[in-house]
Amino acid sequence: MSERRLPPVGMTSLALIVAGGIYLSAHLPREVPLTPAVVLLVASALLLAGNLMALARVHGFAWWRFAQVGKWALLAYAITAGLIEYAFLRNGVSGGVLVVLTLSLVVYAVHVPVLIAFTVARYEEPVPTR
Amino acid sequence: MTEVALQPEHAGAPSAAPGARPDFQIVPLKGLPIVAAVFVALVVAIAANRYWPLEFLHVVFGSAWTIIDLFLGLVLGPVIGRMSIPARVELTTRLMPKLLLIMPTVVTVTLAAGWQLGHLLGTIDSSHPMHGWIVASYVVVGCMAVIALGLLEPANVAVLFELKKPHPNPAVIERLMKRFLYTAGVTGVMQVATFVIMTKVATA
Repeated sequence: MSERRLPPVGMTSLALIVAGGIYLSAHLPREVPLTPAVVLLVASALLLAGNLMALARVHGFAWWRFAQVGKWALLAYAITAGLIEYAFLRNGVSGGVLVVLTLSLVVYAVHVPVLIAFTVARYEEPVPTR
Repeated sequence: MTEVALQPEHAGAPSAAPGARPDFQIVPLKGLPIVAAVFVALVVAIAANRYWPLEFLHVVFGSAWTIIDLFLGLVLGPVIGRMSIPARVELTTRLMPKLLLIMPTVVTVTLAAGWQLGHLLGTIDSSHPMHGWIVASYVVVGCMAVIALGLLEPANVAVLFELKKPHPNPAVIERLMKRFLYTAGVTGVMQVATFVIMTKVATA
């Protein structure tokens, strides 16, 4: 099976979430205006949702493989996101900064598994073959 | 995890490609306890908030991250490019499952221990005199993370699934392996910038 033309599930939303994390981390422990980080977070989440909706319209995509890979990747990245969250909590990050960082980690923990599952599934047959 | 690693339809599938492909697990289950132990050590080090364990984890795992990236991209990549197809496939099936466990573990430990170390030493505090260098390291690591998570890791997983098929597509494997090795090389070179920043901060 060769590579098919599919809607992009790209890295832009991942880059946005990382940029938001860098912005917040660079200002700690001072008070930091949350607006830029919230804008980056919302833009990232919307972009990811848009990518997935565009992908959902594609006929013949190997959703079975996407789900199979995605669920285990989700588990793995939820664990790494949990470890990073633990480091933030251990250092007393709280309030609005903690909320934005936590939501950013949620997007990260969903986005990376989506990228992995998409990359595997795009080379797969729409239905499992034996 | 067994569903991915031990699917009966794949695990015992005879190879139809020229040259026997060694059977392999996409996720090497034997390595998971080691990963778990490393993560437990990380949590303990962060909870204890002591200088030596945090420094140990950050420096050792950070060095491993850099060396693996540089070695894959600049040494092993060109070597693989000159190998015969069966040899390339055999090396890939033995190497890539291990990297699937090693790389995320190394990256997570380096970043989490580094963050806690920065907190302990005060370097992540925005009033620290070297804070500009630390922010520069965030930017470099952020770029590396986007490349590694968005390109390298998906290529790693996808090439393993392709190799598990009864009839793997050599063009797909070639393309994904190139993507993997190039991105490993790029992040390896970017790691040099991290070394410059970290040694600058450590000696200030």
